[in-house]
Amino acid sequence: MTNELDIFVGNTTLIDEDVYRLWLDGYSVSDAVGLRVRSGILEQTGATAGVLQSDTMDHYRTFHMLERLLHTPPKLLHQLVFQIPPSRQALLIERYYAFDEAFVREVLGKKLSKGTKKDLDNISAKTGVTLKSCRRQFDNFKRVFKVVEEMRGSLAGNIQQHFLLSDRLARDYAAVVFFANNRFETGKKKLQYLTFGDLAFCAELMIQNWTPGAVADSQLDDMDVDLDKEFLQDLKELKVLVADKDLLDLHKSLVCTALRGKLSVFAEMEANFKNLSRGLVNIASKLTHTKDVRDLFVDLVEKFIEPCRSDRWPLNDVRLFLNQYSASVHSLDGFRHQTLWDRYMVTLRSCLLRMYHD
Amino acid sequence: MPGKLKVKIVAGRHLPVMDRASDLTDAFVEVKFGNTTFKTDVYHKSLNPQWNSEWFKFEVDDEDLQDEPLQITVLDHDTYSANDAIGKVYIDIDPLLYSEAATVISGWFPIYDTIHGIRGEINVVVKVDLFNDLNRFRQSSCGVKFFCTTSIPKCYRAVIIHGFVEELVVNEDPEYQWIDRIRTPRASNEARQRLISLMSGELQRKIGLKVLEMRGNAVVGYLQCFDLEGESGLVVRAIGTACTLDKLSSTAAFLPACNSPSKEMKESPLVHPPSHGCRSTHNSPIHTATGSRLTQNFSVSVPTLIYTGMGSGSAGKEGGPFKALLRQQTQSALEQRGGSPHRFCRSREFPFFTLTAFPPGFLVHVGGVVSARSVKLLDRIHNPAFVGIMGNTRSYKLLDWNSFNSDEPETRDAWWAEIRQEIKSHAKALGCHAVVGYSESTSICEEVCILSASGTAAVLNPRFLQDGTVEGCLEQRLEENLPAGCGFCHIPYDELNMPFPAHLTYCYSCRKQKVPDVLFTTIDLPADATVIGKGCLIQARLCRLKKKAQAEANATAISNLLPFMEYEVHTQLMNKLKLKGMNALFGLRIQITVGENMLMGLASATGVYLTALPTPGGIQIAGKTPNDGSYEQHISHMQKKINDTIAKNKELYEINPPEIPEEIIGSPIPEPRQRSRLLRSQSESSDEVIELDLSHGKKDAFVLEIDDTDAMEDVHSLLTDVPPPSGFYSCNTEIMPGINNWTSEIQMFTSVRVSRLSNINLTNQTLNKNFNDLCENLLKSLYFKLRSMIPCCLCHVNFTVSLPEDELIQVTVTAVAITFDKHQAVQTTKTQVEKSSQRASIDNEELLQFPLELCTDTLASHPFSSAKAMPVEKASPLTEGHFRQRSAPACANSTVGVVKMTPLSFIPGAKITKYLGIINMFFIRETTSLREEGGVSGFLHAFIAEVFAMVRAHVAALGGNAVVSYIMKQCVFMENPNKNQAQCLINVSGDAVIFVRESELEIISTQQPIASCQPACSGGEIAT
Repeated sequence: MTNELDIFVGNTTLIDEDVYRLWLDGYSVSDAVGLRVRSGILEQTGATAGVLQSDTMDHYRTFHMLERLLHTPPKLLHQLVFQIPPSRQALLIERYYAFDEAFVREVLGKKLSKGTKKDLDNISAKTGVTLKSCRRQFDNFKRVFKVVEEMRGSLAGNIQQHFLLSDRLARDYAAVVFFANNRFETGKKKLQYLTFGDLAFCAELMIQNWTPGAVADSQLDDMDVDLDKEFLQDLKELKVLVADKDLLDLHKSLVCTALRGKLSVFAEMEANFKNLSRGLVNIASKLTHTKDVRDLFVDLVEKFIEPCRSDRWPLNDVRLFLNQYSASVHSLDGFRHQTLWDRYMVTLRSCLLRMYHD
Repeated sequence: MPGKLKVKIVAGRHLPVMDRASDLTDAFVEVKFGNTTFKTDVYHKSLNPQWNSEWFKFEVDDEDLQDEPLQITVLDHDTYSANDAIGKVYIDIDPLLYSEAATVISGWFPIYDTIHGIRGEINVVVKVDLFNDLNRFRQSSCGVKFFCTTSIPKCYRAVIIHGFVEELVVNEDPEYQWIDRIRTPRASNEARQRLISLMSGELQRKIGLKVLEMRGNAVVGYLQCFDLEGESGLVVRAIGTACTLDKLSSTAAFLPACNSPSKEMKESPLVHPPSHGCRSTHNSPIHTATGSRLTQNFSVSVPTLIYTGMGSGSAGKEGGPFKALLRQQTQSALEQRGGSPHRFCRSREFPFFTLTAFPPGFLVHVGGVVSARSVKLLDRIHNPAFVGIMGNTRSYKLLDWNSFNSDEPETRDAWWAEIRQEIKSHAKALGCHAVVGYSESTSICEEVCILSASGTAAVLNPRFLQDGTVEGCLEQRLEENLPAGCGFCHIPYDELNMPFPAHLTYCYSCRKQKVPDVLFTTIDLPADATVIGKGCLIQARLCRLKKKAQAEANATAISNLLPFMEYEVHTQLMNKLKLKGMNALFGLRIQITVGENMLMGLASATGVYLTALPTPGGIQIAGKTPNDGSYEQHISHMQKKINDTIAKNKELYEINPPEIPEEIIGSPIPEPRQRSRLLRSQSESSDEVIELDLSHGKKDAFVLEIDDTDAMEDVHSLLTDVPPPSGFYSCNTEIMPGINNWTSEIQMFTSVRVSRLSNINLTNQTLNKNFNDLCENLLKSLYFKLRSMIPCCLCHVNFTVSLPEDELIQVTVTAVAITFDKHQAVQTTKTQVEKSSQRASIDNEELLQFPLELCTDTLASHPFSSAKAMPVEKASPLTEGHFRQRSAPACANSTVGVVKMTPLSFIPGAKITKYLGIINMFFIRETTSLREEGGVSGFLHAFIAEVFAMVRAHVAALGGNAVVSYIMKQCVFMENPNKNQAQCLINVSGDAVIFVRESELEIISTQQPIASCQPACSGGEIAT
């Protein structure tokens, strides 16, 4: 005797968090049943495998029906078919949009296109995240991207409003969208040590300071997704800091005077100053080229982090150096782009400090 | 011209994309009532149109107002081709027709299409202006209130309970009309939905008229059913109990139930007579014991049951003489009872009551279950009038079957009248003048139809009945000192003239009157009954194979099988009851379902241990061949197993009856009576452990003889029923005896399973086993699914079985799971004792609420907070931390209010403040892309979820926040996987209400003494 049809419908939709997780993780019903059996639920409840199978099927069916609504979370709130308490709705949405660290590192900065989607089976094999789950996460990125891409106003705010995500998750999504839009390279081997948290941190700072929305009076053109073209253009002006030999020497002496005796790696710093400064300023001046924007993180690691790391600078020394390095520019009389320098350096300094680890 | 209906179409949202090119929709709305149609403007290119229409006004007869549904159709405008329908909303405007219910219907309704399901929502406002005084109309019955609830609704009191009302309307089924061959499935489904809506409207109006004739103002326990007879037509029939209800003043209704003396003052003298006048009376003469063990309280004794009447045609003649014979028998039984003192009921045609719970003092004695079945052959409803009318008019002219009586004597009406007559005479035979907990049902397979009716024979207190005579009232005075809680168990019939062999003893409570050793009833446990321990769901399940046959042969085969099935179901129930160590069944419902090649019987009831009845004896197994040693051993092994099970069950259900010392027998004023009253619902047993055997050694008389393999199977199946996991209880009555500390966490659900039987070697045994497994597994699944609600009780568990095809068995269960507070029990016992001493002075509006009222003092503070806190604690520990605070603003704009649904007549921890009207909805859903919709399970799951959604939306639009007495009366599912098609019909009903949490009630009542009825649907308190 086989059950042709087997359903359970509650006036309040029953959500089993464990099964929801298994479903999100992309397990098939039979795999999910297997995992649940191994979790010892049969012993705890005295249920049979058949009961578990039926229960899992039922939850999967519910989730499948809810998925359509989860694609536009405000619909989940206003729909009438599933009566779900608000706290549960929030949980459903939050979990649905949550993503795996391993997965996001693979696609961060990649174009959210069909090509990348085809590549998901490789990512799945590499990360151990099931292909189904990869697809969901990828589609989430793409969906969020599509909705907020052209929108004015705060990026994270828009995401939160349209997808009802928590503050934290909305900011993570803002980073994903920002990376995807600017196509920052994050996949290179030397960048592998960076976590999603590091990159999201940088993205947030860049959104705050380097996009058109960052400038207080540009309300009309408050776009958070693209870098401020004008700002990038202006950054060329910083070149004088390394091109003008006197200015470079003066800058170096100011920094060295201030830091003498305070750094454990003072000698290395002194020896490397010009290289480091040239690296940081050149990165700035090249950002008008899309290609160089994409390589921003590669350049930061190559031009600054790796040299420091090879000399074994402690983090605190890096901090002291960067503080002094940015501050000293204000004492350079011949240099007129103080505001521009600050807009660039404040962000860059925080990014570098965050990225400076093993 | 007595009414003006006003409709305004406000807006739509979440509409489907109808124009692939623009990914948008040009929507407009047609509003139709009767023959009049209005249209809104087209709102171009939007999925969220804002029509904000003018008020469309329909001037209509109130007769039409009652019959017709308001039909709202949403369409997509298309310049070049025909406009495409998006979907429809049918709104029953009946709730607007009586003054105390809703005044406006306003809200978001799901737009429903029979092919695509719900497609967006539409915001509609509906009002009705009635011009004249309601009660002057003849054809309409606008003032009459309808309740599905099978007890006196909470904010009313019964002035008079008039009695049985019934009506039935017949029409041709649109699905079987010739036109159906050329129209689309959608058109056919919509024609059906609309027709049934019309027919129910008309039926309700007609019932209302009957009520007005009886000078009542309400129908309680209204049960409407559809018989899809296929080719032969569509029958809509309804039964109910006419009453005159009085609304309780709102201040009284709002007073939290407590023991304050002020409360009693408020009660009207009618409900609460100045002394003990309405306590149990006892009309029958003194009895002496005779004993035997079979079919106690079960007047469906086999011989009287067989009805071979087979509808019209030749078969009817064959059955004629036999029927006549039976009629004679029952007639004589009737005459025999002629001398009974219940003459006051004679005038009433059928003294039936669909109620299952009663005002205190209403129920005097209960005789036992009476039921009758009859097998009929359906015949095509041929009448030339049909064709003509169907051919040329827009709406289906409804034909009242009764009007064709002159042409055809064998009508549906006559069939039912026959059955009711049978029930009536069964009740008479039990010495009862009335039948309570009465219900009717049918099972149809092809052209064979089994009509069933059942109820509980009872003696009622005439004071509540309209024509109650002085005679009845005088009798009451004779025995006014009878203790509460056992009177209803006392036998109403004459002991020397018992209709069936029964085994009587003196009542264990009062020691004055005779009681049977086992009591079966179809009603809820009376509030004043004293019970020991907890109750449990008891089911008897049975299958019988039958040869496939045509027409008369088939009907004869079924008729021949029925008595055996009844007998076996009864035996199974009895065995299982004994196995549980209990002695009474409440809420008994026996369903016999007919299929092509088998008959299924499913009986559900709630077993309890009534203190008034004797302790049940065990089950003793006797073999027939005592010489065989190994066989003996086997028997004794089985016996041991059974004894162990009984002992285990007694422990599980906390059945420790206080043993009564022998010397007390015969003492004129037995003391234990007092004690047992105090002990009601308490699980503690007293210290005395002296066995009392009133039945003189016959106590263990229940002997199971294992004489063949069949009987062996029976014993085995007895032992296979697994008790629910710890923390779970189940019952099919309103509330679980022995649990009285419900929290507000409730979850109503429907579960459906369809099982395919493997074709090979179908025998009765394998069938039985399969069916048993199906039901047991279903219950196990429910327990597993609802495990987060432990400790919890499944209440009002309602199983329905159908046989949609040859090898398919469909089981549908609807029930509500309610969490209770384990620790609360100890604390409430004190209140309870206090309370029970005051039991006699409790007004009827609290009648069914005793689990609620008992808890008010203590429950108000912590249990509610703990119940509310629970879902929060259950939320994920991981993400919860940060998203909870964040999600609050995001979800605050949720406009969807919570609507609770429950099959019970009350909501735990809350008070119903207003009844908004009856909800009675019928939906059809069809698909031609079954696989794409997730197969049969996906299809039905989505449909049931949609039905719930539409019920909730209608309730919310009426201003309500809950549906009580919810019932899914029909769920007919047909599939054709080869064609990738499926169709399902669902019929649901219930009462829309406004409830207020008791915790909020106190606040409201202090702030505004005359409370306005606001829905308490804040988002925070949803049961998960």
